[in-house]
Amino acid sequence: MDTPVNKKKLSLKEKYSYLTRDLAWEPSYQSKEDLFPYATYEGIKVHDWEKWEDPFRLTMDAYWKYQAEKERKFYAIIDAFAQNNGHLKITDARYLSALKIFLQAISPGEYAAHKGFARAGREFPGVGPQVACQMQAIDEIRHAQTQIHAMSNYNKFYSGFHAFADQRDRIWYTSVARSFFDDAMSAGPFEFMIAIGFSFEYVLTNLLFVPFMSGAAYNGDMSTVTFGFSAQSDEARHMTLGLECIKFMLEQDPANVPIVQKWIDKWFWRGFRVLGLVSTMMDYMLPKRVMSWREAWNIYGEENGGALFNDLARYGIRPPKGWADAGEAVDHMSHQFMLALYQWNFGTAFHTWIPSDEDMEWLSKKYPDTFDKYYRPRWEHIKKMDEAGTPFNNFGLAKLCQTCQLPTVFTEPGDPSTLCHRETEYKGETYQFCSDHCCDIFNEEPEKYIQAWLPMPALFQDPLNGDLEAWMKWVSLENGSDNGDYQGSHDQTSFQKWRAMTTSN
Amino acid sequence: MQIDLRTVSIEPVRKTFDHLARRFGDKPASRYQEGSYDIQAAENLHYRPTWDPDQELYDPNLSRIRMKDWYDLKDPRQFYYSTYTLARSRQQENMEANFAFVEARGLQDMLPVDLKETALNLLVPLRHAAWGANQNNALVCGYGFGVVFTQPCMYHAMDNLGISQYLSRIGLLLGGTEALEQGKDTWMNDSAWQSLRRYVEDTMVIRDPFEVFVAQNVVLDGLLYPIVYERLVDTYLASQGGQAVAMLTQFMTNWFTESKKWTTGVLKVAAAESPENAQVLAEWINLWSDRAVSALLPIVNTVVDERVDEMVSEELDAFRARIAKTGVPL
Ligand SMILES: [Fe+2]
Ligand SMILES: [Fe+2]
Repeated sequence: MDTPVNKKKLSLKEKYSYLTRDLAWEPSYQSKEDLFPYATYEGIKVHDWEKWEDPFRLTMDAYWKYQAEKERKFYAIIDAFAQNNGHLKITDARYLSALKIFLQAISPGEYAAHKGFARAGREFPGVGPQVACQMQAIDEIRHAQTQIHAMSNYNKFYSGFHAFADQRDRIWYTSVARSFFDDAMSAGPFEFMIAIGFSFEYVLTNLLFVPFMSGAAYNGDMSTVTFGFSAQSDEARHMTLGLECIKFMLEQDPANVPIVQKWIDKWFWRGFRVLGLVSTMMDYMLPKRVMSWREAWNIYGEENGGALFNDLARYGIRPPKGWADAGEAVDHMSHQFMLALYQWNFGTAFHTWIPSDEDMEWLSKKYPDTFDKYYRPRWEHIKKMDEAGTPFNNFGLAKLCQTCQLPTVFTEPGDPSTLCHRETEYKGETYQFCSDHCCDIFNEEPEKYIQAWLPMPALFQDPLNGDLEAWMKWVSLENGSDNGDYQGSHDQTSFQKWRAMTTSN
Repeated sequence: MQIDLRTVSIEPVRKTFDHLARRFGDKPASRYQEGSYDIQAAENLHYRPTWDPDQELYDPNLSRIRMKDWYDLKDPRQFYYSTYTLARSRQQENMEANFAFVEARGLQDMLPVDLKETALNLLVPLRHAAWGANQNNALVCGYGFGVVFTQPCMYHAMDNLGISQYLSRIGLLLGGTEALEQGKDTWMNDSAWQSLRRYVEDTMVIRDPFEVFVAQNVVLDGLLYPIVYERLVDTYLASQGGQAVAMLTQFMTNWFTESKKWTTGVLKVAAAESPENAQVLAEWINLWSDRAVSALLPIVNTVVDERVDEMVSEELDAFRARIAKTGVPL
């Protein structure tokens, strides 16, 4: 018998290093440039990949074990939800508009993140970030799937869910989120990490998920609460990865700082515009409200973001350029966007409605400086037209911002009574923007943004040529069922009927 | 809000999502279908990649393989995230028990010296080959087209990483960190291993996702796993008193048996799509299996010195017979 091997006790860090970064080798039959062809063109300089600090140390066996436990619980709960008509426990079916937007616009982003992280997990010439990115890649397909599975049951009973895959690619408002993720994926691996890993996962994710999940809990939607809860520990990992990534880039070379700063400016604003969807959901779409968008911004934006950028100041990073304008816009954006959604609600695969007197009371309390002054009068006007039997619909062509793809319905910073429009000429064409920041983003990379697919103009071009009915067919929108006002909708009548069946004796 | 609801049965107004009804008919869909089909953006992609403006963001034309519908390439195991992790967590529990069994009894120290050396020399360098496989599968997932084809590649990449970690643990258990250092030196410098390392590096620069799939998952794994794990570990080493080693590689043996169903399934559908596809697949498989065989021969030779050619050519025949059944004209 051999003498036992003399095994020195490895620290956790050393052991993880043997189980990850020690697996790679210096290639000699192929060049590093050929193995990792996209690693340098963005201008980020990395001198030593060994300096990468693993943001978490998870081996595959542990990953399988923990994740499988969460999966078992998740599917047990949503099976029970389906079995027991859990959908009838929600406050009322207005709540579902938020879920429909989520499935059409956000869940596809989970898939895009999956794909993007798989690419990043291959393209970085360092094993540390590769392994962390690969784990996020597999987590993100999990998120896409758990969301679809959780909402599958709602689809069986309510309108607006059935065509999420078609609407992801065709309907106008989803291109806000789609273009965001397409933008990130068409960037190089380092910018992708700043876009998704840092700006989205670290700076903005709390603004999306915390309000969304608490909204679900307040409104009795156990199914959504469950997928949110189940994704939480994944998100914690993703956030540490995003933070490590940015610190690593900043520490590797001072020349990286201005590049990273430019990306932070861009991706903060891109993300903030996507969150416009969340703001309307929080302020207008939850029958039972959690907190206002303003309150959420103060906690998760202002406070957390402030602390983060204080921390990054030592690298020479300042808060994103649009930070102050964003803070100001928070008092307006949900109202401006909801008014837009309402007047174009013939073209949305979710319902909107005129806020009740009670709703307006709440809004004016939460937005004392803006709601009564600027937005209540507009809602009152819409309400009057509705009562007169001439509901307000805007069939005109909305100008979409060439960068963020939102309709240009936002107002000038410092002047809430003037609509903000920016224009730029590039190679003889004129392009429209919602804001200075979107215009700046375009000017940094015009060759990229002139490629943007704008869904509104598509309606007026061949083959649709402004034919609204044909457009609805093309976006798989069931007119009279998926769209329009909640009052009198199938969702409203079915929900009331079913709820009555289950509560009467 | 807590509402007590009477149990009533409500007739659903819709059976499934539109895109699934179009594919499978108007009936309830499985979770595999819901989680896999058409969940990738298909139209109106906004921007071309700055890393290669000749490509689309999701581009079916990166490969010489052509499919009318990439969603034909489904995974016969029907793995989506949940079924995948559940399957692997059961396997890892098993492996944990095996490691515990070996360690509790000190079986690693009871192995004959020569046999332990042989096992280390064979298995430890393979952790690097498994890392190469991870890189290749991450690439196929990242740049391949259609979720049903690419999703299992991500799972496969994580399996490859898991395997490289099991191999590292075997090295640590049997020979400590020196064994890992020795194994890496073998991988880098030992002449018996250089053809394999060259094979791995050469596949890592291919950017046709389907060719990477073939060179890695079909060909290299299709020869390496039966030769190394079934022939050398489970049969040869086990017969020499190395059953403990076979316990520690059980994951690899079972994993190969399972994943072979997937790779052959994909091959079969891709080959049946068109004679052109079948031709390209044959070309790749011939090219890469020649190289794989000559890369594996010297490695087998370091373990056994008799009937080496015979053993490898038997495995090659078995491999070719399996491929022939998929309709690829070798
Ligand atoms: Fe996610
Ligand atoms: Fe914009």
